Amino acid sequence: MAPMIRREHDAERALGEQFSAFRPGDASASRRQEAFTLFAEAGLPTRRIESWHYTDLRGLVREALPPAPEPDAETVAQARERLQAHEVPGAARIVVLDGSFRPELSDLSALPAGVTVRSVLDALATGDLDADLAAAQKLGAPESMLALNAAFLQGGAMVEVAEGARIDTPVELVLLLSGRAPAATYDRSFVKLGRGAALTLVERHAALGGAKSLTATVVVAAIGDGAALEHLVRVDGLGPQALHLGTTLVRIGAEAKFESTTLVATGGVTRRQSYLEFVGENSTSHLYGVSLLDGRAHADTTLIVTHTAAHCESRELFKHILDGEATGIYQGRVVVAPGAQKTDGKMLSKCIFLGEGANMYNKPELEIFADDVVCGHGATVGALDEDQLFYLRARGIPLREAQALLLEAFAAEAVDTVSVDAVKDEMVARVGQWLRQHGR
Amino acid sequence: MAAVQETVDQVKSIDVSEYKYGFVSDIESEKAPKGLNEDIVRFISAKKNEPEWLTEWRLEAFRRWQTMESPDWSRVKHPPIDYQDLHYFSAPKGTSGPKSLDEVDPELLRTYEKLGIPLREQEILAGVEPSSRVAVDAVFDSVSVATTFKAELAKSGVIFCPISEAVHSHPELVKKYLGSVVPVTDNYYATLNSAVFSDGSFVYIPPGVRCPMELSTYFRINDTKTGQFERTLIIADKGSYVSYLEGCTAPMRDENQLHAAVVELVALEDAEIKYSTVQNWYPGDAEGRGGIYNFVTKRGDCREARAKISWTQVETGSAITWKYPSCILRGDDSRGEFYSIAISNGMQQVDSGTKMVHLGKNTTSRIISKGIAAGRSDNTYRGLVSAHRKATNARNFTNCDSLLIGELCGAHTVPYIEAKTATAVFEHEATTSKISEDQLFYCRQRGLSGEEATALIVNGFVRDVLQQLPMEFAVEAQKLIAISLEGSVG
Repeated sequence: MAPMIRREHDAERALGEQFSAFRPGDASASRRQEAFTLFAEAGLPTRRIESWHYTDLRGLVREALPPAPEPDAETVAQARERLQAHEVPGAARIVVLDGSFRPELSDLSALPAGVTVRSVLDALATGDLDADLAAAQKLGAPESMLALNAAFLQGGAMVEVAEGARIDTPVELVLLLSGRAPAATYDRSFVKLGRGAALTLVERHAALGGAKSLTATVVVAAIGDGAALEHLVRVDGLGPQALHLGTTLVRIGAEAKFESTTLVATGGVTRRQSYLEFVGENSTSHLYGVSLLDGRAHADTTLIVTHTAAHCESRELFKHILDGEATGIYQGRVVVAPGAQKTDGKMLSKCIFLGEGANMYNKPELEIFADDVVCGHGATVGALDEDQLFYLRARGIPLREAQALLLEAFAAEAVDTVSVDAVKDEMVARVGQWLRQHGR
Repeated sequence: MAAVQETVDQVKSIDVSEYKYGFVSDIESEKAPKGLNEDIVRFISAKKNEPEWLTEWRLEAFRRWQTMESPDWSRVKHPPIDYQDLHYFSAPKGTSGPKSLDEVDPELLRTYEKLGIPLREQEILAGVEPSSRVAVDAVFDSVSVATTFKAELAKSGVIFCPISEAVHSHPELVKKYLGSVVPVTDNYYATLNSAVFSDGSFVYIPPGVRCPMELSTYFRINDTKTGQFERTLIIADKGSYVSYLEGCTAPMRDENQLHAAVVELVALEDAEIKYSTVQNWYPGDAEGRGGIYNFVTKRGDCREARAKISWTQVETGSAITWKYPSCILRGDDSRGEFYSIAISNGMQQVDSGTKMVHLGKNTTSRIISKGIAAGRSDNTYRGLVSAHRKATNARNFTNCDSLLIGELCGAHTVPYIEAKTATAVFEHEATTSKISEDQLFYCRQRGLSGEEATALIVNGFVRDVLQQLPMEFAVEAQKLIAISLEGSVG
């Protein structure tokens, strides 16, 4: 049956045609069809859908870019060169190039016992998805872009950490775009932490060229009881023609821990959305992030943190520095379900404007159905404090340096908790470098 | 300590299973037939003897309304409203144009006495100091029945009368300002109101005049199956000041009654309007039967430089409250304020908040919202603070706190903070919690009972807002808070 598109929209219609022509020829066909039908019914999110109010994809996606083809030898060689330049010492590396998992670029030799990495397409073809991962995947269920990702899924990694295995070696998940011709990529990776396991996953998005791109990328994580996942994300240098849609879906067990730090420093349109659910008691999640935006960049951070179980703690801290005519968006919603007593939730979004034409939209929400909770949120926007600048200048520090000092301190708070020194240094250095470019 | 004991005593003294204002006044009334169509709109207009332009204005609104859909974005649930099953006009008989209070139905006056409205001028003159006198316009179902202190207000040039009268006596003002803040097409309920509004208050303060007394309106829905659609228009001309109070009550009914009012405030250069509301419509019974649907559009326009508009509200009644008193800060250096206490108990649903729209330069706004949810109620704060590209140096401070009493209630916060200029400085903070065990323990250790301690803490929680209320309302509001929370504390 041909997929149904309810409304007339060029990109939606073109996506329908692309899907009809898309023949994966494996057991996933019916699952993909089901996902595409879901997408087709809802269509691209518009500003009338509350959670997409500030990022209207129907307006932004004017044309449906074709799914990226299998990379050729030249692209692979370029990627290899690029990867050598950026290395986290001692880390294992999973490489996804233009949406598909590339074992020949990946380096899994550093992986200790207790952790396995497979191609996600292989994993899905050979057996049913782990129940916890399947439950985690459902967290973003109403999202039509997740359905689109599932329909066109090109690849990704399945990372499994055995019960009790505490992995010291950071695992890098590098998602590279060739960027030579306009293309769309759809990847999805899974991370399963068994009871008491621990892992640091470094997710990095970069592009080799600046061609127009749509990236629909998803990470699904299931954190077992007593397990700990650190998730570090860097979306950098994608260029003004990039549309990046990154989703993280996390299900957190009891006595477990999830820590995430995200650095967004890119042009174009970025949407980073996270859906978290606490299903076991006494767990914590800390989400931190820094956005460095200039030109006409548009970055949307959307979080939905659901406390289903009691006695959990969630913290969100996001810093935005906006220059030029950039647009920053922060939407955070903390939901406390009935019975999730003793929930402790705090959320803070802070924005500093450098450019006259910058915009910031904050929407921190609380949705609370239990009485014995302590929840709060704060949001501020403003320019650098004149008094603080004056104080520093009165002590002989030149204006530009004073500004850089204050901004570095402002951003540092959000990257301070990163446990992998190499990644932390890299993030701090990136902030410093960005500020030097934008000092005035 | 005395104040706390007083609060507790007040709670005790009132049997809260009985809604205090739940009496029905048996007054003959003249009603329009049920239903809504162009003829009804014309009927209302004809009843008011309105000029041609206003009839047309209403009809246009009605035609527009028919093409609109009722909003579904708020966090309230109710069965669909059958707009054809309502009376859109109900007037107490024999009160059309009373010359003096003597001509008013004595039953009606007794009603107001029960409401505690100081309606009779002589009572006020006898009992109260001149500085705290209040001029009252009382709206009963659809008609304004009496306005006090008219002559004295006229001496200083203040116009305070039913809007139906202002249409005739000051057509130029009504024509100029009606619908200029809340346009006819603004939203579903405002458009409905524009088509069928029956009466309400009209206030004009001339340039440079500080209104010599507080102005007040009491609204009461009495008749069964009656919608009340009042319309209030307040204009403060250059350099003037007015403080306006609004109170609302309704009898107990099994069915839900609809209240869709529109309030428009216009503050010109250097003018200040202070608008205070104590809303105590019937909230329905413990099972959620009956009660008022309070779907109100309130908006103030700081139209010129240095104007100031301040909203203060105490919301304790209504089955559903859907209300966002807003300020358009158009004039440079203008200021908007919003102070709110919203209390929900039983099955009540509150979705309320404010909008501060910064358009002019150096505009400032302040939002203090205190929500208290108890019983099985839901209490949502929904607010917008936005600074337009040209609103350089816009400043906002927002603080919204929620207190939860009981396991089955919900408290939600949905703020939108939009800065389209880099010179804006916005601060927003919100907290949700229950009364802390530590605070209760501390109070009880010092000899207060659980109920006294709770009353003390709740009073402290809402104090920032209570302080903004005019004297006349502060006492009543404190009483109301205590009554509203009875049964949910201690």
